[in-house]
Amino acid sequence: MNSFMAWIEKRLPFMDAMNKHAIQYPAPKNFNFWYVFGILATVVLVNQILTGVWLTMNYEPSGDGAFASVEYIMRDVDYGWLLRYMHSTGASAFFIVIYLHMFRGVMYGSYQKPRELLWIFGMLIYLVLMAEAFMGYLLPWGNMSYWGAQVIISLFGAIPVIGEDLTIWIKGDYVISGATLNRFFALHVIALPLVLVILVFLHILALHEVGSNNPDGSNIKKPKGSMKPEELSKFTFHEQYTKKYDIVDAIPFHPYYTVKDLVAVVIFLILFSWVMFFFPEGGGYFLEPPNFTPANGLKTPEHIAPVWYFGPFYTVLRVIPDKLLGMIAMFAAIGMLFALPWFDRGVVRSFRYRSKLHLLNLTQFAICFVALGVLGTMPASDLANLIGRLATLGYFGFFVFLWFYSKGEKTKPVPERVTG
Amino acid sequence: MKKFILALLALAPMLAIAAGPSLHLDSADNDLSDKESLKRGFESYLNYCLGCHQLQYQRYGRTFDDLGIDQAEGVKNWMPTGEKAGDHILNTMPAKDAAAWFGSTPPDLTLEARFRSPDYIYTYLRSFYVDENRPFGVNNKVFPDVGMPHVLQGLQGVRTVNEHGELGEAQGGSMTEEEYDAFVRDLTNFLEYTAEPNKLERKSLGYWVIGFLFIFLIFAYLLKKEYWRDVH
Repeated sequence: MNSFMAWIEKRLPFMDAMNKHAIQYPAPKNFNFWYVFGILATVVLVNQILTGVWLTMNYEPSGDGAFASVEYIMRDVDYGWLLRYMHSTGASAFFIVIYLHMFRGVMYGSYQKPRELLWIFGMLIYLVLMAEAFMGYLLPWGNMSYWGAQVIISLFGAIPVIGEDLTIWIKGDYVISGATLNRFFALHVIALPLVLVILVFLHILALHEVGSNNPDGSNIKKPKGSMKPEELSKFTFHEQYTKKYDIVDAIPFHPYYTVKDLVAVVIFLILFSWVMFFFPEGGGYFLEPPNFTPANGLKTPEHIAPVWYFGPFYTVLRVIPDKLLGMIAMFAAIGMLFALPWFDRGVVRSFRYRSKLHLLNLTQFAICFVALGVLGTMPASDLANLIGRLATLGYFGFFVFLWFYSKGEKTKPVPERVTG
Repeated sequence: MKKFILALLALAPMLAIAAGPSLHLDSADNDLSDKESLKRGFESYLNYCLGCHQLQYQRYGRTFDDLGIDQAEGVKNWMPTGEKAGDHILNTMPAKDAAAWFGSTPPDLTLEARFRSPDYIYTYLRSFYVDENRPFGVNNKVFPDVGMPHVLQGLQGVRTVNEHGELGEAQGGSMTEEEYDAFVRDLTNFLEYTAEPNKLERKSLGYWVIGFLFIFLIFAYLLKKEYWRDVH
């Protein structure tokens, strides 16, 4: 057995990779609650892929058969209802987890130098995830699927000159039809998941290259030879890390964080199961009532809203009176997040050691984002538009303010060694 | 962190705007585990509703199993002759003719309880009133200008509205108000069942899964604690 392993190792350094990325990967020992969402996102990704494979076995991607095949899965396939609810609840859970994961990065400045590329990969994952969710949402071919897609695709019609042709190109037809469903299916089950998995792989590789940030935003990799031997972490790390740095306040990812994350995963699964088994419709936000009738191009649902996780950007779009400007603002809202590492000109990462002003800005950003999300699921009204515009200002304001005050910001000293 | 949570709480009133104006619906108060009620609802559905409204995703055989009806007896007494137990619950009304008769094809009702809600169905079927301006002489409080006649009028009787738009008591039906409410409740119960035949199984499985996870959580926590003694 050992010689067999050695034979493999010589040709593909599997154990070496395991050591580098898990068993001897130095992770700061002070990770808190906010650091579990990366693992949780991975768990949900695996859930989506596995349940998706089994759903595909009985799903029929055609305008005539899609809705009935979903009901076939719900009724006639053994535990088909469970697979479908795991997938539909998983979609919403994915965004909850990803939003918290992103906010963690914003709070603790995990996007700052040298982690810009890591952040960009994360944002690309988020972007592909939104496309993936949008395409998947059409597949049940319910009436809300149909009209939700109608609203979103029609946005592209606002682009001057090419707009109308572009929407026809996306739909593959003059209206949303079986042709649209088929291409969305292909993208949802093959193209985008493939891209997603590759991006996740790159995200993790980039993370392990620059190392994990921590709630203090301090550095656990000190210049080689700058630390006394008794100050060094007592654990064994891979030579890729120890060769260049003195490593302090770190523990190997496995087993310490794998067992800690296991606790987080189980707690997450309890919450997930609670929703999935007892409230699979998620109060009408995860599975919307109009989606229990088949797509009908002649019957518009009373109140068309995109799924809740698109809420923030949908509100930005809606509160701006001009359709083209609205669309530009919506994409700019996502673009701002991409550029966050360059909006922040500060050198202190964690909000713990930054100015009161930064804490205030961070808080108003979170409030505005949630407000935009809530408004996105509601029918438009004068009051909602007013709040929506204020929240849009707050959202963009976060980045602008940050750029101004982060240059000469009055910060507290960051401790050399991690706390708590 | 605390400030952050407080700020989120401050947003709660916004959800109130989300509710918006809504119609008052009576609570159906039906019980999915009451098989006798489901059977009565199934029977009423076959007698009064199926002529126009199909249950195209629901099978006879599955319904017999779930409602505790013997398959052989079910095929003999509850189904049109010549159909098999595995068949879906369909009618023979041509969709085109139906559209001509009623203005639009009567919708399939398999998922109606999830599209609307059990309370909606329960209130809707009890809210017909006389309106001579409508083709069938009736209108509905819950679904204004509905294209459907009051099929259950023989049972409930006729209701009129007064000048304030309030519904009066039903007159001339073969059932008392309590009997009619119970009849509609059974029907609603049956439609909640067809909308999601696995609902009871889903919940009972949920208790087992979550129960297991809680036990697993104890061991996972102890494992973490044991390992982390090295760190602290």
